[in-house]
Amino acid sequence: MRLPEIKSALFQNALRTAAIMLAFAFIGTLLLASVFDVTRAPIEASEKAARLSLFKEILAAENYDNDLLASQVTIAPNALLGNRLPSIANVAKQQQQTAGVILEAIAHDGYSGDIKLLIAIRADGSISGVRVLAHKETPGLGDYIDIAHGNWIKLFDNESLEKTAAEKWQVKKDGGQYDYMVGATITPRAVVKAVKQALQFYQQNKQTLFAVNP
Amino acid sequence: MLTSYKEIASNGLWKQNPGVVQLLGLCPTLAVTTTAVNGLSLGLATALVMAAANGAVSPVRTFIPSEIRVPVFILVIAALVTVIDLSINAFAHPLHKVLGIFIPLIVVNCIVLARVESFAAKNAPTPSIVDGFSMGLGLALVLGLLGAMREIVGKGTLFSGLDLAFGPGAKQFILTVIPDYHGFLLAVLPPGAFLGLGSLIALRNWIEMRKAAKQSAGVTSPLSAVSH
Repeated sequence: MRLPEIKSALFQNALRTAAIMLAFAFIGTLLLASVFDVTRAPIEASEKAARLSLFKEILAAENYDNDLLASQVTIAPNALLGNRLPSIANVAKQQQQTAGVILEAIAHDGYSGDIKLLIAIRADGSISGVRVLAHKETPGLGDYIDIAHGNWIKLFDNESLEKTAAEKWQVKKDGGQYDYMVGATITPRAVVKAVKQALQFYQQNKQTLFAVNP
Repeated sequence: MLTSYKEIASNGLWKQNPGVVQLLGLCPTLAVTTTAVNGLSLGLATALVMAAANGAVSPVRTFIPSEIRVPVFILVIAALVTVIDLSINAFAHPLHKVLGIFIPLIVVNCIVLARVESFAAKNAPTPSIVDGFSMGLGLALVLGLLGAMREIVGKGTLFSGLDLAFGPGAKQFILTVIPDYHGFLLAVLPPGAFLGLGSLIALRNWIEMRKAAKQSAGVTSPLSAVSH
């Protein structure tokens, strides 16, 4: 075979290989697109259901009569809530009156990584419930802030800035009223601070949050 | 050259078990096996992917030029894993939250590519599917067993989280093996995975050695009887 022939054979081979690769990519994409289409609705539904059942844990269902998921307000990055991206707050209403707010807060000063919290605050400024959404604290040590590993997080139930003086919003080791486990002080310290700041945020921004009218 | 199905199955489940003999795909083996349910679920998802990948590659194996076979295999595997990831997310949402990032990681589990490359690319569809599934099942058994060991030692329960996979009704099947147990953290943390896997490998080797010893004893005993 002369050189030009080899060259054209090589070229043809490369072209054929590329075409086969492309065909597989096309079939794969087609498959993914159709599966995505079929599963989209169930995934959205189960994500909603999971979110709602979490809301129900921290804000009893009889406290509101609106569609919590639909009644949203976007909160710009705020130092008190610790969110660096816009976050979403859900406003609970009872007969058109604001009954409470569910805020997301992030504590950046945990032992390892951010601690994401979901905090439900009633209209009167008291806490209805707090849950840890995500954390990377040491398993068996700092993870008692998670409801799956202990009831510590329930210490916040019914607390408020009026009920508890500002200097008591600390762990006992620092002179506050919150229990902690020996060997894991950094974690609860960060959570207490984040919850306190969320309450402060609520006080400062009550009017804006109440104005939401979905 | 057609190996019998029985042989394929015994290869996957025992002789060439991916978890304790080939030691392929250790990343998920060590990471997810904190409970029996987690281990089994990821193992079964992997088995499903392996059967599907082998079944998808085998019929078209003659069309795939050998230069691009690896990218094509990975493309097929990745597509199938995404399909399974989406399905678990849609139909077993809480389980998806637990297994989370490990499902997409099945793509890079080398046992999947290894079986496609070494078996499905050379054999007919049906044996390929059987091979993929039994290899996957072998891995799932190891993951389940390792998960059960770590769960019992670490938490004192068995099958906790079963409700995540099968709905709240399955909660009654959760066993408390050791009541009032305060947990042994080491078993749940990564070192527990290494220690547990080591014990499983040792156990398998011990069984194999006993089998070999018995066989050689069976051969030599008539001779020794003569010599006496």
